[in-house]
Amino acid sequence: MRALPVLVAVVLAWECYARLSGIPPQILPAPSRIAVQAWLQREVLWQNTLPTIRATCLGFAFSTALAFLLSVLLDFARPLRRALLPVFVISQTLPLVAIAPLVVLWFGFGLTPKILLVALVTFFPMLLALIEGYDSTEPEIEALLHSMGASRAKVFRLARLPSALPFFFNGLRISITYAVVAAIFAEYAGAVQGLGIFILNAKNNFRPDLVLAAVGISSALTLTLFGLTRAVQRIVMPWGR
Amino acid sequence: MLEIRDLSVTLGGRSILDRLSLTVNRGEFVSILGPSGAGKSTLFRVLTGALQATGDIRVDGAPLQGQPFAFMPQRDALMPWRRMIDNVTLGLEVQGIPRAEARARIAPLFAEFGLDGFQRHWPHQLSGGMRQRAALMRTVVQDKRVLLLDEPFGALDALTRAGMQRWLKDRWRAHRWTALLVTHDVREAVTLSDRIYVLSARPARVTHEFAVTGDTHRLETQILETLLEGDA
Repeated sequence: MRALPVLVAVVLAWECYARLSGIPPQILPAPSRIAVQAWLQREVLWQNTLPTIRATCLGFAFSTALAFLLSVLLDFARPLRRALLPVFVISQTLPLVAIAPLVVLWFGFGLTPKILLVALVTFFPMLLALIEGYDSTEPEIEALLHSMGASRAKVFRLARLPSALPFFFNGLRISITYAVVAAIFAEYAGAVQGLGIFILNAKNNFRPDLVLAAVGISSALTLTLFGLTRAVQRIVMPWGR
Repeated sequence: MLEIRDLSVTLGGRSILDRLSLTVNRGEFVSILGPSGAGKSTLFRVLTGALQATGDIRVDGAPLQGQPFAFMPQRDALMPWRRMIDNVTLGLEVQGIPRAEARARIAPLFAEFGLDGFQRHWPHQLSGGMRQRAALMRTVVQDKRVLLLDEPFGALDALTRAGMQRWLKDRWRAHRWTALLVTHDVREAVTLSDRIYVLSARPARVTHEFAVTGDTHRLETQILETLLEGDA
């Protein structure tokens, strides 16, 4: 909430500068112009926002499920962890700019390449957070469970998994800030509809105001998802800490 | 009840326990005193099956099998993500007892442990003494033959600790649990125990055995002197 006055100040300064400097709106549109144009184009914007939301959510759900399953596998099979983790690190070094068009080339203009690209970008932080979370389990709690005769699977379910939750939500928050951007970039590389393709068209038509309107929507989406993770965390971790 | 004979543990080429022998009789409270790092906790790790050792461990005359011990680790090891009541029933849950039955079984004990009304609290909402009582309750409700207490009050402030010791003494008089306590606090050992074993520095052996009778102050001094001699 303390960020709000800063944001308002930045927008106001921008508005004044755009109006007083004489720079044409085709180069630097004022915030007021962006808002008006966004409102006029609201139907087209909305039509293009929906596919982006779909790609983001499906890609992210796929990525979360995959990260969870793999983290469990790697927790139970230590040698596999040493073999696979470097591969996942390499997956994070791939430049999205180069990979995105290729993935579109391989999987077409449909939903699949978007889901894959969102997953590629968001998967690793969550996997790493989960693995570190499992390892953060208090040794005394594990010793206690062993003394009670708990099996490895029970120790995982009763201690390692809940210990990993705070780490998981941190990873989730980091990942989710990349998710919308990744979806837009995937659309940019090739799509029929979506914010990415909308931005591409607006840029080609010399409409920076519409580009920025789409950027604003993208930020709003990310912030909403970010807030949602907090809400979910509060429900899943009622003990608070 | 519990007989340990010639127990030896070597970890990474270093001898931790060296032919350690001790016995605990039924309904007896026995303490193990020793310098820090002497391997007191190692003994418990052997008993709970976390560590392999050579030697002989017998419970009621039979070789060790299954899990006849209920273990209370250093600090309380309460799970922050479980409400107090679910922390207390943890051992029963691991044994496969349905939740409702486990809760019903422990319900009458909350008052005795001074925890009544706090069943739905999260561990971080409890005081240090309450957490320790919850951890002890989690240990005794498992209904095992021997309690293993690993410096249970080490993390508490002096006043709370004294209160807890007095409280435990009363509880123990009422229940006559068979207990083996590891501590480096001489006063705690003398206050709570029937008998005390003093261990040497690493590799740990039993150097002295004291029965707690009569003048406890004199006994305390005597034990302290033995411990200090061992250092010299």
